[in-house]
Amino acid sequence: MTTQSTNSAPSRRKRFRDSDLWWSFTHSWSARIAAVLLIVLIGSAFLAPWIAPQNPYDAASLDMWKSELPPIWQQGSEMPYLLGTDTQGRDMLSVLLYGTRISVMIGFASVIFSLLIGLTLGLVAGYFGGIADNLLMRVGDVVLSIPTILIAILVSAVVRQMLPTNLREIGAAAVLVLAITLSGWVQYARTVRAQTIVERGKEYVMAAKLLNVPKHRIMFRHILPNTLTPVLVAATLSFGMAILTEATLSFLGIGMPPGQPSLGTLIRIGNQYLFSGLWWMVIFPVVQLSLLVISVNLLGDWLRDALNPKLR
Amino acid sequence: MTTARTTALEVTNLDRTFDVSPPFLNRVLYGQKRRHLHAVSDVSFSVPAGGCMSLVGESGCGKSTVARLVTGIYAPTAGEIRFAPGKSGAPLSAQMIFQDPYASLNPRWRVKNIIAEPLRELKLRATEAEIQDRVAELLGIVGLNAADGAKFPHEFSGGQRQRISIARALASEPEFLVCDEPTSALDVSVQAQILNLMRKLQDELGLTYLFISHDLSVVRHMSDRIAVMYLGRIVEEAATETLFADPKHPYTRLLLQTIPNVNDPQRDRVAAEGEVPSPLNPPSGCTFHTRCPLATDQCKAQRPELVEKADGARVACHFA
Repeated sequence: MTTQSTNSAPSRRKRFRDSDLWWSFTHSWSARIAAVLLIVLIGSAFLAPWIAPQNPYDAASLDMWKSELPPIWQQGSEMPYLLGTDTQGRDMLSVLLYGTRISVMIGFASVIFSLLIGLTLGLVAGYFGGIADNLLMRVGDVVLSIPTILIAILVSAVVRQMLPTNLREIGAAAVLVLAITLSGWVQYARTVRAQTIVERGKEYVMAAKLLNVPKHRIMFRHILPNTLTPVLVAATLSFGMAILTEATLSFLGIGMPPGQPSLGTLIRIGNQYLFSGLWWMVIFPVVQLSLLVISVNLLGDWLRDALNPKLR
Repeated sequence: MTTARTTALEVTNLDRTFDVSPPFLNRVLYGQKRRHLHAVSDVSFSVPAGGCMSLVGESGCGKSTVARLVTGIYAPTAGEIRFAPGKSGAPLSAQMIFQDPYASLNPRWRVKNIIAEPLRELKLRATEAEIQDRVAELLGIVGLNAADGAKFPHEFSGGQRQRISIARALASEPEFLVCDEPTSALDVSVQAQILNLMRKLQDELGLTYLFISHDLSVVRHMSDRIAVMYLGRIVEEAATETLFADPKHPYTRLLLQTIPNVNDPQRDRVAAEGEVPSPLNPPSGCTFHTRCPLATDQCKAQRPELVEKADGARVACHFA
């Protein structure tokens, strides 16, 4: 018997180091800067309980005498309040780290839930076609025709009224995730559906059908992995969008409460004191939010280009 | 060739139409009619056990549709497909080798998982270790290295992928293989390797093939009997050597002329006139009359039946 090839398969680690994706990452300035920035921002946010100088949720640790202090490089500042304090004496740096953590968690959770719903519905619609496809995609069209913010406002207003008063503060994050998810799943469903329609006619799917592989396994194990590339890009970019939507809702006062501020809540509160000269209360959250979203979007853009074979 | 072989597959009066109507709204708003594509009409043939039957024809003549009907991917509109009982007593089940080795292997799966899938789905092996042993054995049978199992399909050439495809088909221990143009996407030199591998497997494992191709020279190498299809119908069916020695249908003669001849590359060849008519709107009478050099008014009016001749060939032509 003639042997057709001899070299054995490389390890997973070596496969990754040799991959086009890694090559394109090491050769893209913006991607590397964005990745480092994102790791620092998200890392510090999640390490907040250990590295933040103060626990802003703990009212007992707040000191009204230390309120409205400017950042450390200005006159009248005090250690350890590096970025100054707000009107309640909360350390801006600590509030910022905890706020970023809330923003990132809400963004991440809403992307995950949108993905779960969108991928499943898109696969079902694309694989079965016909009435299921029509029904699901028309529902998606209706959702897309309403602005995201409007859906989010509607959902959070309605759900908030349904929650008992003592649960409103705790449920705020869940309501935000629900609101963003409800408008976010459509784009994944559409992407996956389009790709599924292409894949389901391919011969490898036919080969699986010949073996009587159950439908759910054909959908999730054969077709789904082949639809994930554009979904990955969409998910990264909409992670940035979700953080922004959350910030918008919080800025409008229907998001996170002031007791558990997200970046959007901090900007809303700071905005009220901008003309009182307390500029640090609004500028720092704004800069943090911008850096976060820009780095996510830069990574998403890089990923889109790196995974697009036509751009190489 | 022995004549007393049992039949592995009996196909009688097979019909398949596809609904290619415009969408409902177009039909209502613009008064467009429903349209049906008659991909396969009245096709009958039988495949002897351990033998190889080939279907030949141009693109769009319905040969791949027949392959998919036989494997059960499509349901027939009319007619019957009957498999003989196999070794186990249950009717034979067909496995398929596909045309495009780039689309027939899932690009996100490792080769060992692709080949192991039939073993897992049909529960042919009990333990994971047995499955891996069998995968390595199958890779060896088709001439690949056991270590290749850890790679992804894109790391292989077209010929190697087709070998993987064959290994996957063999994994379910089939007795009947439908090969839908398994070599048409490959280089000529690689084609020969794959065909030789398939012949060898046929001898060693006692496989029966239904072989689909548009290339008569490939088919001659493989098959015992050949059926020539034109626009969804069989126009001639004969034993391989009978067909090559004495082609009776003008379309078969036309196909044979298209094979390059090494000994006489400059020989006179008559180029066929016209294109294959659309199967949506097939010509009246004998569907080949638009391109046939012998066509008469009778051909335009009346469709010739498939008639058995003295040498065992079946031909559908008024002049054969």
